[in-house]
Amino acid sequence: PAARELTQNPLQKTWEPYDNGLPAGHSAQRGVCMTNCPTLIVMVGLPARGKTYISKKLTRYLNWIGVPTKEFNVGQYRRDLVKKYKSFEFFLPDNEEGLKIRKQCALAALNDVRQYLSEENGHVAVFDATNTTRERRETIYKFGEENGYKTFFVESVCVDPEVIAANIVQVKLGSPDYVDCSNDEATEDFMKRIECYKNSYETLDETLDKDLSYIKIMDVGRSYLVNRVMDHIQSRIVYYLMNIHVTPRSIYLCRHGESELNLKGRIGGDPGLSVRGKEFAKSLAQFINEQNIKDLKVWTSQMKRTIQTAEALGVPYEQWKVLNEIDAGVCEEMTYEEIQENYPLEFALRDQDKYRYRYPKGESYEDLVQRLEPVIMELERQENVLVICHQAVMRCLLAYFLDKPAEQLPYLKCPLHTVLKLTPVAYGKCNHIYL
Amino acid sequence: AWASYMTNSPTLIVMIGLPARGKTYMSKKLTRYLNWIGVPTKVFNLGVYRREAVKSYKSYDFFRHDNKEAMEIRKRCALVALEDVKSYLLEECGQIAVRSSALKIVLHWGILTLKCVSFQVFFVESVCDDPEVIAANILEVKVSSPDYPERHRENVMDDFLKRIECYKVTYEPLDPDANDKDLSFIKVINVGQRFLVNRVQDYIQSKIVYYLMNIHVQPRTIYLCRHGESEYNLLGRIGGDSGLSARGKQFSQALKKFIEEQEIVDLKVWTSQLKRTIQTAESLGVLYEQWKILNEIDAGVCEEMTYAEIEAKYPEEFAMRDQEKYLYRYPGGESYQDLVQRLEPVIMELERQGNVLVISHQAVMRCLLAYFLDKSADELPYLRCPLHTILKLTPVAYGCKVETITLNVEAVNTHRDKPSLNSHHLPSRQSPVRMRRNSFTPRASADTVKRPRHHSLGSKPLHLLGPLPSLE
Repeated sequence: PAARELTQNPLQKTWEPYDNGLPAGHSAQRGVCMTNCPTLIVMVGLPARGKTYISKKLTRYLNWIGVPTKEFNVGQYRRDLVKKYKSFEFFLPDNEEGLKIRKQCALAALNDVRQYLSEENGHVAVFDATNTTRERRETIYKFGEENGYKTFFVESVCVDPEVIAANIVQVKLGSPDYVDCSNDEATEDFMKRIECYKNSYETLDETLDKDLSYIKIMDVGRSYLVNRVMDHIQSRIVYYLMNIHVTPRSIYLCRHGESELNLKGRIGGDPGLSVRGKEFAKSLAQFINEQNIKDLKVWTSQMKRTIQTAEALGVPYEQWKVLNEIDAGVCEEMTYEEIQENYPLEFALRDQDKYRYRYPKGESYEDLVQRLEPVIMELERQENVLVICHQAVMRCLLAYFLDKPAEQLPYLKCPLHTVLKLTPVAYGKCNHIYL
Repeated sequence: AWASYMTNSPTLIVMIGLPARGKTYMSKKLTRYLNWIGVPTKVFNLGVYRREAVKSYKSYDFFRHDNKEAMEIRKRCALVALEDVKSYLLEECGQIAVRSSALKIVLHWGILTLKCVSFQVFFVESVCDDPEVIAANILEVKVSSPDYPERHRENVMDDFLKRIECYKVTYEPLDPDANDKDLSFIKVINVGQRFLVNRVQDYIQSKIVYYLMNIHVQPRTIYLCRHGESEYNLLGRIGGDSGLSARGKQFSQALKKFIEEQEIVDLKVWTSQLKRTIQTAESLGVLYEQWKILNEIDAGVCEEMTYAEIEAKYPEEFAMRDQEKYLYRYPGGESYQDLVQRLEPVIMELERQGNVLVISHQAVMRCLLAYFLDKSADELPYLRCPLHTILKLTPVAYGCKVETITLNVEAVNTHRDKPSLNSHHLPSRQSPVRMRRNSFTPRASADTVKRPRHHSLGSKPLHLLGPLPSLE
């Protein structure tokens, strides 16, 4: 039989086979999802061990790289069911009523997981609960097997009392559970809550759990035990978890100073800074000095305008080609009017789906995200960093930190001569201030 | 010395483990990977030093822990090796030295001296208690070792197992809970079933850990080929997104037949997002995945031109490319060096996978091949990857066996050899190749920065041909 004809998708510029004028299903787009079946990530650990922090961060990362992910926090289900939290006694191991409700919540959450993964096209579900007994974990594992999910456990183990105390202060004191308590009362109650779990806590064991797939994180990332990584997505998850840290730091994002082509309303190219752009570079230098940042790393793209901006700072900087602005292909150095005139169809398509739209012989925002992933990974490893980049690039990075979905990403506001300072706060979200 | 982002100071990787635990296998593979991504790395294998010192190996008695004379020799070898390591890292601007040895006593002494010279030390321990794996290792690698020139297989196995017993007496595995909790290391257990990772300090250690966690030793085959001959190939034009020529379509059919005959279990097929590779895959009638990062090298302003047209329109660019083909970046396009960085996720995924057929392009295939066959950056852009030819790669012992299969469908030749020295008669000033930005103007403009360039992540540190030029 003759090979099928190929047609080029006008939006994404990808070649797809078609049968009788309709797209056929034989090729797979290399999206980032490389799992054949959905994955269920199960958090394990005593309270105040960072499980929810990890869940939220992991969910944000996976969604950003294009893997539809959702977290399910059993504590939230409990809060919705038991309107008012009274005390730690709810969690006592012999509290029949409490146990019943908690099991009910876990099952409700698992049911929602099933709906998300099997009916709503979710790829990964993060089940956030203590899951501290082997029995509970077996129940969840069986649930995964019955539904055709791969299960991966993420356990956080920490015995450092300072870390635990800090967690409690940062997150628990502000919890809806303790809205009517003083800080001391809340802390005391929470410590007793942790005690309720300790006696029945069965940590993941090298021998007893040797057939499970898991990562055990010890002491906030000092060491890791990784067992039976099954597939690509688990490998990526492990790599990500091994690179994140909780040391306080700030990330500064800004664009290059105004460029000569900016002045002419032209996109792309490799122009130098305008007069005002050079002034911005000087102001940036002053701002950075005033901030008195410890061990600041400065990153630029390999385009002249970001490098010129960094030069004004008078400090060492690193050039990353992957930070280059989105490649506008045949539309490079054109004004939007010229594009509309010369490529009206392209112009319209871009407005239809700005995230997936790929310039002819150029890139899409979706391509940009894939190319920027190593930057995000390294930003996670680093501490204080200033990234001098470009509009589309900055939007992608910002979307990662602020957990913005693909539809909003291409419209995030990233004006020239504005620095966004991101400081991670509580559950992984970032505050940002325009300066 | 130049500044490099990836490591502030050089790194010494120390392999630990009983014999036949895959230390040398991991050392060599890791070294190959690091060199490919642009981190100069070298292996220092104590066994080699020992064989230099003790010309003829007699028996496992040499390795008994109470054999004082032998111990002295081994200690001296270790110290010589350490001196070589120091000189590689300091004087030859190497970044990573991988030491393959099982002798831990000398290690501590060595580590102390090295720490004085501010190296990062990262341990890689391989622990294995599966006797089948160990026996298989011995058979595959040790039997053909220079230590056992003409021995009968059983004698070799026997002697080697006794050798292992000698080490077991004094073997102290890394202990993360007590003695070794401040060391940076990864413990690989039972060939990658489990890993223990402690105190990863920097970017390069994190990459090493990720790499070691993704490799496996299951037998499998990787097939590399280019798309069938394209319309542009026929016209001698580079780049673009043309479809297959008639002969190209013929090749696709022949490829389909070849793949069927190979009877490969669970074959994955990958293509780029350019039409010609997809058309080639379509003929196979199987599921395939498209990767944008497998697209051919972007020739920027030279896209869709013939070499003659490029030489006429951009003579200096044309000449520069022949001078330093690996580093040379097309204006508005890419270099081979950029390609390697772009292809790294493909290599990582190839390591994870089993049987894969990658249908790609000339420059891309050269980069992938260089990784598997451990070719240097100088050789990479000149590797032969003709059209209508499949390279079948099978991992074997410490390396890769490669079989070339021509499918007897005629095609044009797209290979250009490296011309003889300075055949373009370029003035012998410093090559401006290094100053190439992602720029549309073939030359750097007047007010380009004068600060020495820092290297972006993953870029190969430049051979130090001389000081970077100032531009005025």
